[in-house]
Amino acid sequence: MNFELFFYLLVFPGFLFTAILGLTVGWVDRKVSARFQYRVGPPFLQNFNDFFKLLGKETIVVKDSVKSMFVIAPFVSFAMLALVSTIIGTSLFFNISFGGDLIVIMYLLMIFSVMVVIGGSSTGNVYSSIGFGREIKLLLADELAFILVLLVPIIKSGYQINLENILTAQVNGMFINSASGIIAFIIGLLCIQAKMTLPPFQIPEAETEIVEGPFMEYSGPLLAFWKLNHFMMYVIFPFLLVLLFWGGFSFNGIDILWSVLKYLLIVVLMIIIKNTNPRVRIDTALSFFWKYATPLTLIAIVLAVFGY
Amino acid sequence: MSWYNKRLAKSIWVYHMSASPCNNCDIEILDLLTPKYDVERFGIKLVGSVRHADVILLSGVINQKVAPQVKKIYEQAAKPCFVVGVGTCPSSGCCFKDSYNTVGKREEVIPIDMYIPGCPPKPEAMIDGIVKLVGVLNG
Repeated sequence: MNFELFFYLLVFPGFLFTAILGLTVGWVDRKVSARFQYRVGPPFLQNFNDFFKLLGKETIVVKDSVKSMFVIAPFVSFAMLALVSTIIGTSLFFNISFGGDLIVIMYLLMIFSVMVVIGGSSTGNVYSSIGFGREIKLLLADELAFILVLLVPIIKSGYQINLENILTAQVNGMFINSASGIIAFIIGLLCIQAKMTLPPFQIPEAETEIVEGPFMEYSGPLLAFWKLNHFMMYVIFPFLLVLLFWGGFSFNGIDILWSVLKYLLIVVLMIIIKNTNPRVRIDTALSFFWKYATPLTLIAIVLAVFGY
Repeated sequence: MSWYNKRLAKSIWVYHMSASPCNNCDIEILDLLTPKYDVERFGIKLVGSVRHADVILLSGVINQKVAPQVKKIYEQAAKPCFVVGVGTCPSSGCCFKDSYNTVGKREEVIPIDMYIPGCPPKPEAMIDGIVKLVGVLNG
């Protein structure tokens, strides 16, 4: 119970930093999307206004819902994401990590999807039910490819599961410069798109079809935390990709600019994929991940084993 | 409280409820959300679920068939939630006011806070109405 631990978890790489950066990057997302559609887009503090507005609204706990699960789900998933951001952030900024933390990250990210499923299924709403069913199917689709993508840096760093060791293995050369690294990076970008349920794989919460799916019955602060979770993932996943494939961040002089550019490039790539692709069906998503993405990542793993 | 009202004024999420309209106002509401008018610059967003809504855009004269549903949907909204009547129908009943199937007192079905008259109102008129609502919220 030392002070530093709470600082890491609550302030710098953890909750506060991730939330503020996430809401800001969420504005970048909305603004760039608006420019894609020849619109002006929202003002800078829009996501903060949305968040604080939702905090002050009435919370309706649905009468037919499983009340404990309905209330717990957004907060547990929020706690999971805060933990993940702390683990990734401490290894990126302070070089602090513990053995096997990549596996912990895999588990915690999966718990987030499970919490979406629990929150959606507890409401008893028909659209929420459809939404959480799709969330499970999407999880089945992208999880294998995502885990295989995470295996590539493990193999390339000489079978290290520790995030700090993966970072130090990239001092001589970033993994994205190799053939296996670039394949895994691209597949990882698409997996992130599915994990964040952004438009090509926006199947669980298709707004035009099944009105936000699992989040349909949420209102007030609970919805605010779901929205915050979504924006926090805009920080977590690009940071994870930068850490695993792009050699992390460095803060010496001009390198700060490169660090910011790396992060923004990944975010803008995600926004471009989001804005140029229509929503796919669930069977298309499954066949994409199982027929194309997973075999490609397997090829990347074989290449990584042989040192390419 | 005024701090919260300012946040609310800057992020109005709109739910579009049609209570037996002639569809003319609905088309104009959809025009409002197109790139030309772009209400997202005021933080206005169209949401699909009434649980997320801050403003319900009500179009149409309410007839007896939909009145219970309208009431139910309003009760499901998370408060504070404002109701804006779009078009002449919610305000005066338009040419349907003597019809056999419209409800007599619309105020008893759903408390309408603001009216935007016009048959149909132009998107500019709707933006003006929303801006006036924002002005009330800002005090």
